[in-house]
Amino acid sequence: MIEDAEDRADAWFHALADRTRRDVLRRVLAGEHSVSALAQHYDMSFAAVQKHVAVLERAGLLTKRRQGREALASGDVEAVRSVTAMLTELEALWRGRIQRMDDLLAGE
Amino acid sequence: MPVTDVQHDLDALTLTITADFAAPVERVFAVYDDPRQLERVWGPPTYPATFVDHDLVPGGRMNYYMTSPEGQRFYAYWDVTGVSRPDGFTFNDGFALDETFAPNTSMPESRADFTFTATDGGTRATFVTAYASADDLQKVLDMGVVEGSTAAINQIDDLVAA
Repeated sequence: MIEDAEDRADAWFHALADRTRRDVLRRVLAGEHSVSALAQHYDMSFAAVQKHVAVLERAGLLTKRRQGREALASGDVEAVRSVTAMLTELEALWRGRIQRMDDLLAGE
Repeated sequence: MPVTDVQHDLDALTLTITADFAAPVERVFAVYDDPRQLERVWGPPTYPATFVDHDLVPGGRMNYYMTSPEGQRFYAYWDVTGVSRPDGFTFNDGFALDETFAPNTSMPESRADFTFTATDGGTRATFVTAYASADDLQKVLDMGVVEGSTAAINQIDDLVAA
């Protein structure tokens, strides 16, 4: 659950608390890498690297796209920050709607 | 505070808002069942909504427009995909070209899933809205949701200050 800046920070720091993930992030911030190319750098299974990539992806620190049979990962901190900001704008609209609903229901 | 939880899912591009209302499920559903009540909660105060067609049944069409402070109208529609009275309903919320309410296919549709469940004190409402891409989300915000949001924030501030 990513509810506010503190929760987001928790997700980021959790993702970055692991040295492999920090290394993955450095690589994908420098440029797009396929998950299989990333896996060659580490002494662990492909599945384990995939899991690290998934944690970074869930924290919004990288994005993946598919090209043929490969999953390409790139670091995307800025994009994620802007998506968060967008959802926050929508959230404000919804808070207004719900407040008005509450007023409507209470006004009877 | 009616809003009890907010979740942003950055992967799925969904916004999930949970709210608790001190009214029975049937009453909460009735807000959506009545276009005059729905208008009071859907458009932001500065962009009030007007529902010109209202048919809250599976496959039904709801046509509405929002009016800007300058009097400009923004046409939109709901395509109702499912109704489980009074537990909730699902619909696609899209933009329309003009007063004919023909869909504007260059604009994204969002998918919405509203669920109402009875609680001890009344109703828990869960509002889920989903977008297909970040680009879609940006387009929607560019259409004036931002102004609406700002107005909504100001409204909350006024309420808290009162």
